[in-house]
Amino acid sequence: MPERLSSERLTYLRRRSREARLVHITQVLLLLGAFALWELAARMDWIDSFLLSSPSRMWETLVGLYQSGDLWLHLGTSCLETAVGFLLGTAAGTVIAILLWLSPRLYRIIDPYLVVLSALPKTALGPVFIVWIGAGPESIIAMTLAISLVVTILEMHNGFLATDPGKLRLIETMGASRRQVLFKLVLPANFATFINALKVNVGLSWVGVIMGEFLVSRAGLGYLIVYGSQVFQMDLVMASVLLLAVVAAGMYQLIRLLERSLKKRLEGSQ
Amino acid sequence: MVQFDHVQKRYQSPNGEISALEDVTFSVMEGDFVSIVGPSGCGKSTLLSIAVGLEQPSGGQVYLDGLPAAQAVSRMGYMPQRDELFPWRTIWANVTLGLEIRGQKDEAHLQRVEALLERYGLLAFRSKLPGQLSGGMRQRCALIRTLATDPGLLLLDEPFSALDYQTRLSVSHDIHAMIRQEGKTAILVTHDISESISMSDHVVVLSARPGRVKSIHDLTPLRGLSPMERREHPLFSKYFNAIWKELELSA
Repeated sequence: MPERLSSERLTYLRRRSREARLVHITQVLLLLGAFALWELAARMDWIDSFLLSSPSRMWETLVGLYQSGDLWLHLGTSCLETAVGFLLGTAAGTVIAILLWLSPRLYRIIDPYLVVLSALPKTALGPVFIVWIGAGPESIIAMTLAISLVVTILEMHNGFLATDPGKLRLIETMGASRRQVLFKLVLPANFATFINALKVNVGLSWVGVIMGEFLVSRAGLGYLIVYGSQVFQMDLVMASVLLLAVVAAGMYQLIRLLERSLKKRLEGSQ
Repeated sequence: MVQFDHVQKRYQSPNGEISALEDVTFSVMEGDFVSIVGPSGCGKSTLLSIAVGLEQPSGGQVYLDGLPAAQAVSRMGYMPQRDELFPWRTIWANVTLGLEIRGQKDEAHLQRVEALLERYGLLAFRSKLPGQLSGGMRQRCALIRTLATDPGLLLLDEPFSALDYQTRLSVSHDIHAMIRQEGKTAILVTHDISESISMSDHVVVLSARPGRVKSIHDLTPLRGLSPMERREHPLFSKYFNAIWKELELSA
């Protein structure tokens, strides 16, 4: 701090941090309260815990899974499928978007097909993949790809096309090649578009994986959910959903960390 | 020397043909500062695009020291309407962008850029991002970026139109001084008559579409004066009225 802060500023800062703390505490209390109420309702038999489960029963289920060693199998399977599908979808989508940017004619030609593919509910392709690729993780990854690929292509390509025309003009007057325009302007200018695609794709990949696991799988969170519902073990279903919420949010947070470090690198690399 | 030799430009579109420029002929001597003014839509910016090699004329040609513009791209320095600094690049990375693209990031060129930053009080900001600088400073960085490649001709495309009036006066003063000091030949496109008189040696007036050269005003009596001194000079309003009337007639 170069100089002493005025009392007005101190009051402002204090009020701000108090407000932030208040929001934070309320958020935690809300969660704890909801779980406590759920537990209480189950214990007092206000609700049927056979159908609605309860936090303690979910916890016991998770501990059971952990002790049997199945927890890591299911969690790992789903996370791996999601990560692979997510990375492939984002990478392939970005590369295809770059190709379409490089060749506006190619884009004009395949535009209607992209529109149809993006409108098609990709889950309808699930059985097709199973027949074509086989009943295994490969089909699940294909499912994930199908869901995230077209969206990524369209999003990234739109971003590329929206690159500031003034900056394009400037870099062209410098005699930049198409490749230089791409790497020095279009890609860095679309950093935010890319991060956004990553964020959307994490969510979409989970949709693809869970859908895929519903259809065909021997392991994974989606498998646990389907299996649990078939044998009417709602504890297992609810515990798996809870676990799913936690890891999906975790992955989203990872993207945000990645965003921060990439941004620093982008701005610090020169 | 820059020659605009019977430059003509027609645009084709599904709805028909638009003639933007018709037979534009004039030349700019070494070290001259020329402004091009004209009513909006008269093809001023098109003329600049042709000069900078971004567009091909339908007829005629622009020559820089005898070379057609499209072959002299590496000797042109273009300064756009807004500063167009890349927000993710530091000031240093921005002003050296042209050198980077042309593969000229050698010791001699980089030292020149550093000297320019130093001379115009921007060296301390070299590792800042553009967002941390004021509009006037950013515009000066934009000029240094243009000067970095040591162009034979500067093409200024309404470079002050995005600034507020106060900043505009001081930045146009700075930039005028910088261009004079570096002894550059410059062409400024503007719709602002006072700006053209306050900065240049000659003013080329274009007619409404299709743009033709309507007249060329020689401002030699004002030579050596700063933009501010020119604005207070008795001849200023005389030139202003003459150019304004011509634009009025063509509109």
